[in-house]
Amino acid sequence: MLNARGLCKSFGKLPAVHDVSVSVSAGEIVGLLGPNGAGKSTTAAMLCGITSADAGVITVDTVPLGERTHDAKRLIGLVPQDLALIEDLSALDNIMLFGSLYGIKGALLRSRAREALDLVGLGDRARSRPATFSGGMKRRLNIACALVHDPKVLVLDEPTVGIDPQSRNHIFENLETLRSRGKALLYTTHYMEEVERLCDRIIIIDHGRVVADESKEALRARLPPGAKRRYEISGDVTPEVLVELQARGIQSKRIDDASLEQVFLHMTGRELRDAV
Amino acid sequence: MSAFAALVRKDVTLYLTNRRALLMALVAPVLIGAFMGAVLGGAPTKPTAVPFAVVDLDQSAISKRVVAAMSKDNAFAVQQLPQAQALELVRKGKLRAAAIIPQGFGKQATEALFRPALAKPQIDLHYDPSQAATLTLIKGLLTQYVMQAVTAAAFGGDTYDINQARDLVANDSKLNANLRDALLSMFKSIEEVQRKRGSAVDSAQPASTGVSVPYVTRDFEVTSGERPYNAYAHSFASMTVQFILLMGVELGVGLLLMRRMGLWQRLRAAPLSRATVLGSRIAAGTIIALLLIGGIFAAAILLFGVRIEGSALGFIGVAVAFAALTSSLGLLIAAVGKTPEATRGMAIVLTLLLVMLGGAWVPTFVFPDWLQSATRFVPSRWAIDGFDAMTWRAQALGSVLWPMAAMLGLSVVLSAVAVYLFRWEE
Repeated sequence: MLNARGLCKSFGKLPAVHDVSVSVSAGEIVGLLGPNGAGKSTTAAMLCGITSADAGVITVDTVPLGERTHDAKRLIGLVPQDLALIEDLSALDNIMLFGSLYGIKGALLRSRAREALDLVGLGDRARSRPATFSGGMKRRLNIACALVHDPKVLVLDEPTVGIDPQSRNHIFENLETLRSRGKALLYTTHYMEEVERLCDRIIIIDHGRVVADESKEALRARLPPGAKRRYEISGDVTPEVLVELQARGIQSKRIDDASLEQVFLHMTGRELRDAV
Repeated sequence: MSAFAALVRKDVTLYLTNRRALLMALVAPVLIGAFMGAVLGGAPTKPTAVPFAVVDLDQSAISKRVVAAMSKDNAFAVQQLPQAQALELVRKGKLRAAAIIPQGFGKQATEALFRPALAKPQIDLHYDPSQAATLTLIKGLLTQYVMQAVTAAAFGGDTYDINQARDLVANDSKLNANLRDALLSMFKSIEEVQRKRGSAVDSAQPASTGVSVPYVTRDFEVTSGERPYNAYAHSFASMTVQFILLMGVELGVGLLLMRRMGLWQRLRAAPLSRATVLGSRIAAGTIIALLLIGGIFAAAILLFGVRIEGSALGFIGVAVAFAALTSSLGLLIAAVGKTPEATRGMAIVLTLLLVMLGGAWVPTFVFPDWLQSATRFVPSRWAIDGFDAMTWRAQALGSVLWPMAAMLGLSVVLSAVAVYLFRWEE
């Protein structure tokens, strides 16, 4: 669905991205990982047509971004890292404004806006202004604004910064729903646990170059011999099993069987805590 | 709704729902316009008398006549004071000026009237330098009353003996013989006049008062011819121009601020041309400016009696042209500005300079000649003059066609430059 080959970009004499290739298929979530300054945002900006590439080709559902820019842009939804909301317009008006920018009008625009609000759990706050929203609600509205024109590709630039576990969990569920609907999602982050949960494939970028583009399993297999590996064993683990593992040179260690976030969600519930 | 219309609607809605911005752009010009209108004359009233002191050290009949004549003149509020007190009041700004009439003034002035070569008596004028414009008025009226008093004395014969002057001339050996003869002949004529005046007084005829100004004036305010001049019309035009320009600055700075936000990324990611994004900003700015101009002049009309006595179409045309110019100026500010903070400061200084050169604060006639010529090329002056022409000057549409065309043309140029210079990519 989204294909980019050989992307290069320099700012003056400073090379930011060199020969980066990215592809995301329909119904796939691809994580774009990298430390700060690695070139993630520049790559995302080129993929969305915000920044022009010095070299390389980008196609969105076979539409070349460089030649048919507006057609290609209509197929992409961007969720920027900074909240792209107008605080003094209602949530519904925000979404409708961004829908209008993509040429959607009238009843279709209204129904799409309602759908997007419902998807992110803000259907009952359509008339409220984002200025009255919590951080998590704003993040969800930020995503809804990118969905109103029903894009085939969604580019998300760290969409969960600074929000509570309930909102993050809700966003993950939204993204999984979108994947199940056949959308192609490119997810930029440096939170490994988010990538582990969401992504089917991971692209690691560093110093402006792609250093890995593989599935989670394939990436794990890249660890050198002798490095510690962690296995999960399902079913009952009896003392006999542990003795057998130890006899084969495998050290076992008791670890918590759930992440702290899972415990937190268990104790506080998974329902969204939207400010009234 | 098209993307262009949606962006325009968004900008206009946001501006009009921003109470602070509205307060600044709508209420402030009305308040300041009302204040300046009142200060500059407001609705027509009698002119204010100039507070002025006379220190009469001479106490002659002539000096007393001068003081009496000035006291009767409505242009002055004359006080006779001791010299020290008069100077102190001028220093404090309570009086515009003080005239010191020296001892012997009457005698010396009468003699100097016929003998230009003699040293003339000197009236010292002490004036408030911050009110120097009134000095000319004071000098003019002082000249009039001194001439009247001195010539009345010389030709009337009641306070001055013409024989003294005749003896001075007759005994002046340095005087040219022809000139002496002419002067002596004139004194003879004056004696004749004085003698006839004496018999006229005897027969209850009006007495001569010496040389007087040989004309009187009638004053007419040149406005529409139907209404007296309303100073609020000009002050509201000025303040409208000032605050609309400031709104344009905020428009540009707002665009710079938006670049720092995710909103700009989302706009750039949308299938919008540069013309749509920047053009919608110009259109929104123009609409906002027009609404503000309408609001400010509505207040001027309803509360201060300002009237559009010229062409209503011309007024609308000036408003549209100036609104478009302001909007494109805002876009240019956004195009050349680096950071919102630095740009705002620079742009406000530029705006205030434009407004001052446009004659919003002080009339342009107080500027030096070269600057007066330069202000003909200042767009704020075109706008202020245009609004003046369509309100109290009651001009026809034709009188503002050129300023309108100039403003619209400049708007197109500024917009083109702004679009060219605008940093589209980060």
